[in-house]
Amino acid sequence: MTLPATMRRVLPQLVALLVILALNTAIAPGFLDVAFANGRLYGSLIDILNRGAPVALLAIGMTLVIATRGIDLSVGAVMAIAGAVAAALITTGQPLAVTLVATLGAGALCGLWNGALVAFLGIQPIIATLILMVAGRGIAQLITEGIILTFNDPGLVFVGSGTVLGVPFPIILWVVIGLCVSLLFRVTALGLLVEAIGVNRRASTLAGIGTSALLLAVYAASGLCAAVAGVVAAADIMGADANNAGLWLELDAILAVVVGGNSLMGGRFSIAGSLIGAMIIQSVNTGILLAGFPPEFNLVIKAAIIVVILVVQSPASHTLSAYFRHRPGAAQDRSAGAVRAAGKTGSAGKEAVR
Amino acid sequence: MTSSRLFPLATTLLIFVVAYALCIVQYPNMLSTRVLGNLLTDNAFLGIAAVGMTFVILSGGIDLSIGSVIAFTGVFLAVAMGEWGVPPLLAIALLLVLATLFGAVMGAMIHYLAMPPFIVTLAGMFFARGMAFLISIDSVPIKAGLYDTLHGLYFKMPGGGRLTFIGMAMLAVFAVGILVAHFTSFGRNVYAIGGNRQSAELMGVPIARTTIAIYALSSFLAGLAGIAFSLYTSAGYSLAAVGVELDAIAAVVIGGTLLTGGSGFVAGTLLGILIMGLIQTYIVFDGTLSSWWTKIVIGLLLFSFIALQRGLVWLSARRSGAAAMPA
Repeated sequence: MTLPATMRRVLPQLVALLVILALNTAIAPGFLDVAFANGRLYGSLIDILNRGAPVALLAIGMTLVIATRGIDLSVGAVMAIAGAVAAALITTGQPLAVTLVATLGAGALCGLWNGALVAFLGIQPIIATLILMVAGRGIAQLITEGIILTFNDPGLVFVGSGTVLGVPFPIILWVVIGLCVSLLFRVTALGLLVEAIGVNRRASTLAGIGTSALLLAVYAASGLCAAVAGVVAAADIMGADANNAGLWLELDAILAVVVGGNSLMGGRFSIAGSLIGAMIIQSVNTGILLAGFPPEFNLVIKAAIIVVILVVQSPASHTLSAYFRHRPGAAQDRSAGAVRAAGKTGSAGKEAVR
Repeated sequence: MTSSRLFPLATTLLIFVVAYALCIVQYPNMLSTRVLGNLLTDNAFLGIAAVGMTFVILSGGIDLSIGSVIAFTGVFLAVAMGEWGVPPLLAIALLLVLATLFGAVMGAMIHYLAMPPFIVTLAGMFFARGMAFLISIDSVPIKAGLYDTLHGLYFKMPGGGRLTFIGMAMLAVFAVGILVAHFTSFGRNVYAIGGNRQSAELMGVPIARTTIAIYALSSFLAGLAGIAFSLYTSAGYSLAAVGVELDAIAAVVIGGTLLTGGSGFVAGTLLGILIMGLIQTYIVFDGTLSSWWTKIVIGLLLFSFIALQRGLVWLSARRSGAAAMPA
């Protein structure tokens, strides 16, 4: 019963992805070819899945944060920190297990810092995570001492370019993590509680939900995902570049979540949607390259995508579509819009109280 | 109430004076008009953009597009004056009109689509930088008589320091910004919207017009900042000024403006800019510290100021709560 609902939820995203893939195929006839050589799968499709891994990983954590009506601007900087920690530890001869655990710990710590600012100090998420976004790259440079730390530990490099049964490891990472997080939040009530915070944090607290602990956990999860993405990005180039690792990826991750049909107003989320969103972005990137446009086109097209989604998501267009539709479903839509509007005035009131 | 409003500004002023004093104790040479003049010149473009950001944040919004607008300005001016042969003054006028329109469109989207400013200006950031890339991906030098004239315009201060044209321009923009914020109905409307949008609407503040004007002003000033930046570097480059929006937000916050909107001073932003400039100057004087310390110190300052603001808001809420209780 839940599966068809989930499918219906991400149907527009799936259709969009298929349309883009079809366009890509029309531009480059060999686009859908997948070959198996040297024990690894090759092809543009595999490339999209592989190159999209960091954004997909970030999008998993970002989805949860946005579901609580928050945002995490620091994920790019956390990626840089994670890459720096991993490279610094592995080059000083630490075993791989210690390196990975410490790296993930560093990511979780960054997330906890953000979560504490949001949950306990009540700072707006944009601002709270902005602090780490500004300072994070400085910290990463402190760890790498201002140079690009290179490494060639086969275990760590495997995270970025290894394969399991022919499938590149980054793909397996984001698919498995995405599945696990989805199951964890959807099989248990966690997802519902996270959504409750997004709809109205005050009411959730009054209803007995441990909102502070949940917020901490959600931001820590985002930090963890960013750390994994950071290791993938660093392992991919076999070096930690504190200046450029994960640069602007926070924006891509937010875009992936929004393209995935998640509202920035929080209150509902679909990790599957965000992952498809990440793949849509990567497919567009690839399509632009295949079409022979300069890669600079990317930014303008991303801007256009945001504008289209904004228009579709905006309360104004919801009211408009409710006017045009006279089916019984229209009433339902309108009430959903009303609930969302009520949530908005609720938060405005909250800010006034502050 | 007034004292708690002035408290963040006073703190910023105190931090600047104490920090400068400490710097002078360690490096007596920092007490010179040369350092002061460079402080103004080096941060001129950031300061001009930060004035716009102050208005945006005062209204409870945020503008992530200014860094991209600065880059677009530089590339547009360089290519327009060089390749297209547009007279410099006409190119500048054209650019300012374009930037203002760009901001007005963002403001209109924020108001009429009822979307968070954050995501709308994010789209604007992508768009402006993308357009800059489309014009040229190279660093284009600017060779124009006007630029040479403006470079030659400076006051010699006693002690050998130079108050350059862009330094003066920044101070002028700040002066106008202060006047607009405190002595015009537009300024009052901005504070009203930032304080409480609903109350402002009920009081008859024209929300739509003001919102559009705020973002148009921010982009206009980002355009001006771009001109200052192109004067500073004598070139246009589409990868320039990455992350300037964050520096501007940081300067506004360090200047004591409340991020929830409605409270703060344009003058505070000038102090915020000067503090950030001072950190960089200190690092240059020290010579052994690496430039990434700038980021960490600014992050720390940001955190302290946000925590301070939260503390103040919490205190005043408790006080008003206590006052309301007996009644």
